[in-house]
Amino acid sequence: MKKKEKKRSKWLVNTVLGIISIIWLIPTLGLFISSFRPATDILQTGWWTIFPHRAWETTVELELSKDVDLRQPIEIDGTSYTDEELRKGIKINDQRLIWENRRARIVNVQDKVWNMNTDFTLENYMSVLTGKEYSIMQPDGSVRVEKGSDLSQAFWNTVAVSIPGTIIPILIASFAAYAFAWMNFPGRRVMFVIIIALLVVPLQVALIPVLKDYTALGLNGSLLGIWLAHTAFGLPLITYFMYNYISQLPRDIFESAYIDGASNFSIFSRLVLPLSVPALASISIFQFLWVWNDYLVALVFIGSQPDVQVLSMKIADLVGSRGSDWHLLTSAAFISMLMPLTVFFLLQKYFVKGLLGGSIKG
Amino acid sequence: MKKQWRKSVVSVLSILLIFTLIFAGCGSSATNEPTDEPSNTEGTATNDQPQEQPADEGTYLEQAYAGKFKGTKVSMFGPFADADEVKFNNSIKEFEEKTGIDIQYQGSKEFEATINIRVEGGNAPDIADFPQPGLLANFVKSGKVIDVSTFLDGSHLKSNYNQSWIDMATMEGKDGEIMAGIWNRSNVKSLVWYPKKQFEEAGYTVPQTWDELIALSEQIAADGDQAWAIGIESGAATGWAATDWIEDIMLRTTTPENYDKWVKGELSFTSDEVKNAAKKMTEIWFNDDYVYGGRKSIVTTSFGDAPKPMFDNPPKTWLHRQGNFITSFFPEGLEAGVDYDWFYLPSIDEQYGKPVLVAGDIYAMFNDRPEVRAVMEFFTTGESIKTWVQSGGVIAPMNDASLDWYASDMDRRMAELIQNASTIRFDGSDLMPGSVGAGTFWKGMTDYASGTVDLDEAMEEIEAGWNK
Amino acid sequence: MKNLLRINSTPMLIFLSILIPTGNFYIHWRIFLFFRDTELNSLLLAVLAVLWGVVGVYTIYLSFNWVVEKYSDRLKKGILPFVFIGPAVILLGWLLVLPTVRTIYLSFLDAQSVHFVGLANYVAVFTDRLLVSTLRNNLLWVAFGATLSVAFGLLIAILADRSSYERIAKSIIFMPMAISLVAAGVIWKFIYYFQPGDQQVGLLNAIMLAFGGEPQAWTSMLQPWNNLFLIVILIWMQTGFAMVIFSASIKGVPDQMLEAARVDGANEVRIFFSIIIPYISSTILAVTTTIVVFTLKIFDIVMVMTGGQYDTEVVATQFYRQFFMYRNFGYGSTLAIVLLIAVIPVIIFNLRQFRK
Repeated sequence: MKKKEKKRSKWLVNTVLGIISIIWLIPTLGLFISSFRPATDILQTGWWTIFPHRAWETTVELELSKDVDLRQPIEIDGTSYTDEELRKGIKINDQRLIWENRRARIVNVQDKVWNMNTDFTLENYMSVLTGKEYSIMQPDGSVRVEKGSDLSQAFWNTVAVSIPGTIIPILIASFAAYAFAWMNFPGRRVMFVIIIALLVVPLQVALIPVLKDYTALGLNGSLLGIWLAHTAFGLPLITYFMYNYISQLPRDIFESAYIDGASNFSIFSRLVLPLSVPALASISIFQFLWVWNDYLVALVFIGSQPDVQVLSMKIADLVGSRGSDWHLLTSAAFISMLMPLTVFFLLQKYFVKGLLGGSIKG
Repeated sequence: MKKQWRKSVVSVLSILLIFTLIFAGCGSSATNEPTDEPSNTEGTATNDQPQEQPADEGTYLEQAYAGKFKGTKVSMFGPFADADEVKFNNSIKEFEEKTGIDIQYQGSKEFEATINIRVEGGNAPDIADFPQPGLLANFVKSGKVIDVSTFLDGSHLKSNYNQSWIDMATMEGKDGEIMAGIWNRSNVKSLVWYPKKQFEEAGYTVPQTWDELIALSEQIAADGDQAWAIGIESGAATGWAATDWIEDIMLRTTTPENYDKWVKGELSFTSDEVKNAAKKMTEIWFNDDYVYGGRKSIVTTSFGDAPKPMFDNPPKTWLHRQGNFITSFFPEGLEAGVDYDWFYLPSIDEQYGKPVLVAGDIYAMFNDRPEVRAVMEFFTTGESIKTWVQSGGVIAPMNDASLDWYASDMDRRMAELIQNASTIRFDGSDLMPGSVGAGTFWKGMTDYASGTVDLDEAMEEIEAGWNK
Repeated sequence: MKNLLRINSTPMLIFLSILIPTGNFYIHWRIFLFFRDTELNSLLLAVLAVLWGVVGVYTIYLSFNWVVEKYSDRLKKGILPFVFIGPAVILLGWLLVLPTVRTIYLSFLDAQSVHFVGLANYVAVFTDRLLVSTLRNNLLWVAFGATLSVAFGLLIAILADRSSYERIAKSIIFMPMAISLVAAGVIWKFIYYFQPGDQQVGLLNAIMLAFGGEPQAWTSMLQPWNNLFLIVILIWMQTGFAMVIFSASIKGVPDQMLEAARVDGANEVRIFFSIIIPYISSTILAVTTTIVVFTLKIFDIVMVMTGGQYDTEVVATQFYRQFFMYRNFGYGSTLAIVLLIAVIPVIIFNLRQFRK
């Protein structure tokens, strides 16, 4: 009896979770599928049409008399319809009547048939990766095709920005969090309050003053400058997060280490850091994602030097002022996701394991 | 424990040592080389004014062609990206090759905001491209912009530009009027685009008056289509396309003097003149029989996507009012003058003649170095935009730009339109200060079109932009 | 003489205390110059930069600590904490606290930051329609976005814990976190996409059509509900964060406690509310704080989806607009400060947790 009940509840849990997962997956799936579809298809049919579905297909074209007044009821095969109905398509039995060309007064008679759109292309990815093509008209009227720059240098620049931009703030914040949690010093409480308050400061307030200082120090467009910016903007959250974790580590570990004569530094690097691996893993994902995907900070502090531009800037350029290059947007979006997803799956085992917080206590 | 400490000491020192060897070593050798100063010379150049050149050395441009500034870099920042960026780079390529000056252009859709951050932060680009002189006026007022008349030959400018362009480039600076920049590109706005071939096949004729235009819209509606393709979505700049409509109608329903007053902020948005223009616009805009997709598609359709349904077969919609640059958004493979063409947005009231609305990009200079001067001087020549004119979509404001360069008759007719116009006025929203022209005006029109606010509220909110 | 060279002698200590900071500074300055002027290949440069960034920071701590450890015990105790928090405090002070103080100052000045206007900007923020709707929208974001993200996160964490395919479900829910906001913008534009005519490529409108409804311009015309459609995006992205952390701490609940409750006949709902929730309460607080703060600062989603148009402006986007586009430094700063004030309750809650 009890077992049966358990089984049923497990089934229920699985179903509910399954439905949630599917809802969560659909948007990304749509993007993924769209990125492989030809540019014209993306704008004309929904991505779901690649799956088998029932769609209307024209069997007969009826040509009406040219002088049919569209504002009057329109007569077809003895029945009259309004223009509005024919625009939307009107169902009779299994068939549908819809305008093919209202101007030429041609009506389609359609049947519902199984259908799927299976046109796929790698072209979107090619043009994002190897540089977008532009056709430029020449003085003599001919058209020359020119290629934009590719993404390889921007990729390495982003790596050079993101990895230190993740590890530096985490290291600094962990030291600070340890001090807040396990050391006594004057001003501890006040500083902690300030750090929490800083969580909410939008980084936009800092752009102008920091840029001024950077200009004076010659830090603009340098790696160090952008690391420091990402470090400072990430510090409040990481410190807060690491404090929450480190302060919950059991006290006796520290006490026995102290008795053995360990210094704070060695306790930190030999005990606290290894014990915090799950927290470090999760927070580094967030910081990494933030830095990798950042556009605003890069735009302001890297500026126009082409040799230091990062991926997000290149992608924004690629999309350009048109805003309607959906096929490039979808593939570029997917390319920009690859690295964060890889990092996520690499680090996943650390934080899905469930080593966080209380587990050590228990 | 002590032992461990000794170990740490050794490791600290050895890591530091390795660092010193690897980096500082190569670093010093690298710094000893004569490396180029970073292009954005952090505003220092502003302070040491280059000395006035003796006359015999020629202008900065001539010096540049003589190879005097070889290896220097000039940074540029502007709002255009994508294909326009490629066209721009093409148009300066020859200059770069001849002079050895490297012009580094960076385009961003966030130009309006970013230029503020960069200038305030002291990291201004050498040259910035402002499609809105009003935005530039702010920087001129706070004294951040170099007066180009200090080194450009005034008589050359006068002969190469229409006086009105020069007037518009003259702005109120911190210590009196300065010439804030030079015009490099311009475009015509009072155009209505239509799919020519289909248009003629359907038996429609180009309207000569506003009434005929409305009659045409009505006729198309009777034929079962919605005549107008309207889209004002443009990211953070959503709404600018609507301001062009108001300006065009303002010019047709009131005097140019009133228009000028309005642009200066002396005629309120809440005045009858402006409200009338808005009402005139809504005759078309808020009539779901006239607008493709109805009113709700106005705010959701990107301005670049809006004209596309005109080129379906049969056209889903027929008319599109937009500047000449819109042709680069048309689907590929269409032939100018055959598949599409434009007509002049007709006058509404005879007494105001045939006004034409224009716009353009003004290049302003933030850092004063000889090579930047040379580049600025280059931009006053028609040569600097030749290849762009040839590839279409832009009109050169300089007089030494030959009419032969234009890719098509269509473009040439535009140049003629400007010549024959009774009144030429610059895009008002671009002239207004940024807080109105690139701020509340855009937003107010969007809110009005999307139904967030009614006309009176919208106009009040736009007007409030002046007070800030 | 020999005494002087002993590493623990006072002169030596003073010497070291000066040498280490200056040495560090000098070395990193040289490295900085090297990177600024180098013409190395970008891959190699990236590797060296990573090495510098990571090892460099660690050695700074290591070397400072090394000196301080040589001090007398009393001195060490006083100074060491500041070595640990020093870099964080300096960076935060420079890059965030100073700008914030400047912002507070600007909020009392007029648009051009010339004249003192007292509280006029604050009055405007609470009366001007545009600014008031900005605050209203932010409230909506926190009320719906933050709450639902936490609630969903908790629910999914609990479900996943009991289901047979935990790993894959968690990966799916977490995945949106890995997506850049620009990409997320593209994804959701595809869902809310509206176009004139009866071909809809936006998922939501296609569903509307399939059920015989009228296609809608979801994010622009349906005011003020369009805000909720934007908030959905936040929930989609943030739930993964909440879930991962909740899930980890739920696993920390001792099995004996759960078993004991079950033996006592408590059902799963009861166990959830009276055992699991109290047990992980500090985690809930931390996660809620993080998400509330993140939501208060929400910027990118709005910028990407609507640019703040159609009455979807939130404080951060309005700040950006006022400050950088309208150049109204007074209003812009005031908005940022209002945000800062709004977080005070959150701070108070958190301080209760702070170890005395």
